[in-house]
Amino acid sequence: MRKIFKTSMAVALSVCMAAALTACGGSGSSASSEPAAEATEAADAAEETADTGAKIKIGGSGPLTGPAAVYGQAVKNAAEIAVEEVNAKGGLQFELDMEDDAHDPEKAVTAYGVLKDWGMQVSLATVTSAPGAAVSPSYAEDQIFAITPSGSSPAVVFADPDNLSGAYGNVFQMCFTDPNQGSASADYISAHTDLGSKVAIIYKNDDNYSKGIHDTFVAEAAVKNVEVVYEGTFDDSNAQDFSVQLGQAQDAGADIVFLPIYYDPASLILTQANQMGYKPTFFGVDGMDGILTLEGFDTSLAEGVYLLTPFSADAEDELTVNFVNAYKEKCGGEIPNQFAADAYDCVYAIAQACEAAGVTADMSSDEICAKLVEQFTSMTFSGLTGESMTWNENGEVTKSPKAVVIQNGVYVGVED
Amino acid sequence: MQFLSYLINGLGLGSVYAIIALGYTMVYGIAKMLNFAHGDVIMVGSYIAFFALTKFGLPFPLAVLTAILVCTVLGVVIERLAYKPLRQAPSLAVLITAIGVSYFLQNGAQILWSSSSKVFPSVISAGSISIGAASVSYLTLLTIATCIVVMICLTLFINKTKTGSAMRACSEDKGASMLMGINVNQIISITFAIGSGLAAIASVLLASTYPSVYPTMGSMPGIKAFTAAVFGGIGSVPGAFVGGLILGIIEIFAKAYISTQLSDAIVFGVLIVILLIKPTGLLGKKINVKV
Repeated sequence: MRKIFKTSMAVALSVCMAAALTACGGSGSSASSEPAAEATEAADAAEETADTGAKIKIGGSGPLTGPAAVYGQAVKNAAEIAVEEVNAKGGLQFELDMEDDAHDPEKAVTAYGVLKDWGMQVSLATVTSAPGAAVSPSYAEDQIFAITPSGSSPAVVFADPDNLSGAYGNVFQMCFTDPNQGSASADYISAHTDLGSKVAIIYKNDDNYSKGIHDTFVAEAAVKNVEVVYEGTFDDSNAQDFSVQLGQAQDAGADIVFLPIYYDPASLILTQANQMGYKPTFFGVDGMDGILTLEGFDTSLAEGVYLLTPFSADAEDELTVNFVNAYKEKCGGEIPNQFAADAYDCVYAIAQACEAAGVTADMSSDEICAKLVEQFTSMTFSGLTGESMTWNENGEVTKSPKAVVIQNGVYVGVED
Repeated sequence: MQFLSYLINGLGLGSVYAIIALGYTMVYGIAKMLNFAHGDVIMVGSYIAFFALTKFGLPFPLAVLTAILVCTVLGVVIERLAYKPLRQAPSLAVLITAIGVSYFLQNGAQILWSSSSKVFPSVISAGSISIGAASVSYLTLLTIATCIVVMICLTLFINKTKTGSAMRACSEDKGASMLMGINVNQIISITFAIGSGLAAIASVLLASTYPSVYPTMGSMPGIKAFTAAVFGGIGSVPGAFVGGLILGIIEIFAKAYISTQLSDAIVFGVLIVILLIKPTGLLGKKINVKV
């Protein structure tokens, strides 16, 4: 009863807000957009050259509070580190503003307005997918270049995500898309038969992220002859008791349990499997990232959990070591997760593209947008989360995922 | 031979629902109101127990006692501040107030303790024993045992003590009880105190079984327990017990044998059928409306 009440209130509120916001946006862009834009640009440029020595303004929003705060905080910290490093080199100068959207599409739209008022020229879009899908149309309409570190849903880059068509063109992704994660996981499991041969999947069927990965996993598993012996679901109202799903997976003889879900329910699944004495290999995707930093979680339960991620903090290349040290120093010894690495790469990719295209702080955001889109679709970028990454004109990234396994409470890269 | 373990898991889940449902049903029986903030009292109880265990390092029984104490006081305070001034108001006003209190507690918890979830420490040993071919965790057994003990104590309290008789009198006829010299306001406060104390016990069991503590954790179990109370006949204490257990078992069996996607639809479908056949719930009293 209360749930219904809440939902209807939320719907009513969001309708009001959406109406109010589209009303503002509509009148602004149709009636007097050009002179207004020019005026603010001129003012901004004057202001910048006067006091800060012309910095390119990078905006972005993410969940700095709320249940997904681990992601937003990681992105904010890592982006700050990258901006400091870029600025320290001389040359290009960046200024960063990360707003809080609490993983809420409505708040993300508000945050977008705040960032635009601030004079954002380039954007890190949003950290999570649902808010990203809500603001991407605005980025496209206002022609501000955006690259999301971790908004992995196709809805972030496509206006019509079901058919993967209608790409916004100026919104890019640093992380894998959800469909890629599903098929890459199936490929990995089929290539590593030592992990197990019978797969059970437990996914959240009211969540696009989870369902999207599940669908492509199952499709790819059929092609690669990976045997899926059980598929169980849960949703928001049932996200506590997993005894049935685990029990049936066990009965079906599953030795791998694939969890394309976020770390919160995953922590409950690991706990309950442990209580039951069921010990399969758990296999997660990027949503599993963060489980080790969950307050009060017994990390020994996550021992031996595999996850497919483009970044592992224990890699020994110079880039990773430097980044991990800088992050630890900034965040009191905390080890950066994949979201942090994605954000760090985003800032460096923007820097590389800005340098190549000769972007300067006095250019307007749509001028920068055109130049950066051209750069991103033609350049290759090597960073923490992959070598020689490229982007297609839809904004999707091509890079190879890496499997890590949790050992003694840290991620350890698995050699192929 | 998974049937037995599903049954026991269902009983475990149902026991938690039953203890929460007791809070709904007692308050409804005596104050004739739906206390929708009850689920959020459970949330507060979980946080109190969590902090007592982790921040203050109290031993488990003391942590449970602290949670019970805080929740009892909270329940009584909520009743005094939010519901008592509305004693003569239409029941809809009280219902809306209860929803308001629920939001107040949820948002208060978000401000005080942030909305990121915390993992409840596993105090009760995580082991399991084998019954036949089924393996059952100690926690589930403890939950079922606690529920039975709570039920027995509560039934004895209501039927054998003076306060219990006064409560029964109030639920029959408030006006007449007042004329017989019963302090109705005090009885209502006691009811809230007991209901909230039970909520604290439920919160510890809930958080131990599903160790994720966050500000909205109480709402879903609260709704399910309310359903259980209606199922068993709202206002009836044994009804809440039976309703909770049946709801838990149906939920687990529906997931296990029909579909994990449809389990809630099945639970509520059964509820509709029961209410069509027996509008006052399984053990509800028949209400004679005098014209």
